[in-house]
Amino acid sequence: MSGDDTPVTLAGRWAQLAALTPARIGLGRAGASLPTREVLRFGLAHAQARDAVHERLRPDDLAAEFAAQGRETLQVESAAPSREAYLRRPDLGRALSEESRIGLAAHSGSFDLAIVIGDGLSATAIHRNAGPLLAALLPPLQARSLTLAPVVIATQARVALGDEVGEVLGARLVAMLIGERPGLSSPDSLGVYLTFAPRRGLTDEARNCISNIRPGGLGYEEAAARMTWLAGEALRRGLSGVGLKDESASAPALTTVVAPS
Amino acid sequence: MAYRASTGRQSFAFADLKELMAKASPLRSGDVLAGLAAASMEERMAARLALADMPLKAFMAEALVPYEEDEVTRLIVDTHDAAAFAPVASLTVGEFRDWLCSDAATSATLAVLAPGLTPEMAAAVSKLMRNQDLILVARKCSVVTRFRNTIGLPGTMAVRLQPNHPTDDAAGILASTVDGLLYGCGDAVIGVNPASDSLPVIGDLLRLLDALRERFEIPTQSCVLTHVTSTISLIEQGAPVDLVFQSVAGTQAANASFGVTLSLLREGLEAGRSLRRGTVGENLMYFETGQGSALSACAHHGVDQQTIEARAYAVCRAFSPLLVNTVVGFIGPEYLYDGKQIVRAGLEDHFCGKLLGLPMGCDICYTNHAEADQDDMDTLLTLLGAAGVNFIMGVPGADDIMLNYQSTSFHDQLYIREVLGLKRAPEFEAWLQRMEITDAGGRLSGGQGGQALLAAMQDKAA
Repeated sequence: MSGDDTPVTLAGRWAQLAALTPARIGLGRAGASLPTREVLRFGLAHAQARDAVHERLRPDDLAAEFAAQGRETLQVESAAPSREAYLRRPDLGRALSEESRIGLAAHSGSFDLAIVIGDGLSATAIHRNAGPLLAALLPPLQARSLTLAPVVIATQARVALGDEVGEVLGARLVAMLIGERPGLSSPDSLGVYLTFAPRRGLTDEARNCISNIRPGGLGYEEAAARMTWLAGEALRRGLSGVGLKDESASAPALTTVVAPS
Repeated sequence: MAYRASTGRQSFAFADLKELMAKASPLRSGDVLAGLAAASMEERMAARLALADMPLKAFMAEALVPYEEDEVTRLIVDTHDAAAFAPVASLTVGEFRDWLCSDAATSATLAVLAPGLTPEMAAAVSKLMRNQDLILVARKCSVVTRFRNTIGLPGTMAVRLQPNHPTDDAAGILASTVDGLLYGCGDAVIGVNPASDSLPVIGDLLRLLDALRERFEIPTQSCVLTHVTSTISLIEQGAPVDLVFQSVAGTQAANASFGVTLSLLREGLEAGRSLRRGTVGENLMYFETGQGSALSACAHHGVDQQTIEARAYAVCRAFSPLLVNTVVGFIGPEYLYDGKQIVRAGLEDHFCGKLLGLPMGCDICYTNHAEADQDDMDTLLTLLGAAGVNFIMGVPGADDIMLNYQSTSFHDQLYIREVLGLKRAPEFEAWLQRMEITDAGGRLSGGQGGQALLAAMQDKAA
């Protein structure tokens, strides 16, 4: 193809300015339409985001990964029996299945912190990021001499499921690591939600959130530092959520919440 | 009051008007989630048969959300214009559909009728209408609003330029804005969703957009979409606020979950008007709505999500807005499951809003956990273009990198202009031609236009 049929780029020098934002600008056009390469680039990104939503969590792989780090794990399921039920019925994803609740109760004790890893809307985010994040997180938590419950791996989970897990285990604080709603440019974003005195029926205002944890977003070490700060303050002050502002040195003032609450 | 209908082989009963409305509603996941949807296809049709025979007047006699408990109901009832309603007061809901489709319902008669209609009447008749009816009738409704330009004239469609950035980076937002302007977008508003809720950050964004607009004398308005209380504070601090934004819903309790009341919205409108920044009109409220928000806040009173959404338009109507945007597929598949449900909801919302006299636009959008894709958005864009939608979104490449969802792009608006011959707001169209971004026919002039805008960005990047 040549001459008039060649997609028109708005201006040659525009391309360098596209580097100012990750937004899809300076795409050029074919007539009024997108050039073929961008149609395909977009289609691939959407395919990856869709696959992330429907990817099944592999709890046994995660358990093996954590066992290698010397960490005991428990596995639970929410009351949502399938991915379709999970997507249509947020209430089911917030509650443990009867069997899981009974099984988990056998491990009840007295813990400062329970860490829960849930698939949420992106098992991809968990498979890529949960291991490295936990590896960054455990040393500073252990340095504070916190009593940790076994790590719980939860499938078909929404954010609030962590509260029930924490309640059943008898934890003063729960940290829910969950796959966020995949964006086209970020199918693997992990979010962390911290709740003090977790129990069923709590809502977002009771939680602190750290969002966009992934290699292209918030790094593991920084996320772990902020989590450690928030966990320490939540336990010290006896609260979490709107009453606990993130005053750790590096906290950006982000309010976007995209996890499956 | 109970209602009954027979389908010939089976008879169905509905306890009250809100149950009848919910069961007549086209299938959507949010009503199933709320336990309000019809149990079978036949029950849904039975509800429609009963609804078609209901007098429109019945909606004046039976409130779906109690008057005593809800200020939105009080607003609807107390501001109802009985004289405007009179010409259709004797009709049933089914007869009303026939009348709306007939030649008797012209742009002029529909404009006069609007204050006589309640949201519940609009929602009821929409439940008897096919998609083509929703398009046909909405197209006859003309709603024109003005601030620095004229939006909603027949044969035009405006675009909100949405240059969001995940960390509110000024150069990044400006780069997306200039890109959008070079595609001829931005006549509805240049509107940023900030990642931050910090007032200094939002103030900086307002000054950034205002400086760009002033420098190039762009006949449009800007907005940073933050809570109305923040906007009022920023106005008090002297920030250049054009439009006052707020998300609203159809019940008092749902609005409370957004942190707003009608009196707070009134304060916002008055604060905005005190600045007198509009040049050709003083419509300055920008509202966003969307089916499912009331259920999400446990504030739906057992009313189906489409009817509650229509009630949100009664809230908007009280404040003479410049723009009302139904963000149709944003909230997720638990409310609108797939492309079919999103398309239907977009057409319903646009129809109900227009019938009630509102300047309706639509964020034609979906999330990655919904069963939808860009093909569904193309379908809804084409249908809404045919229906005469006042404005749509322009998001770079349709990918909002801050809010993590897909909408319509700068290219998508070019497509629909090309197919349907839609023009921009006339003042903005003239500016684009002066800037040599478009030619006399409104088409992009092919690479030479807008050099000054690009040069401005080079300054910023340097």
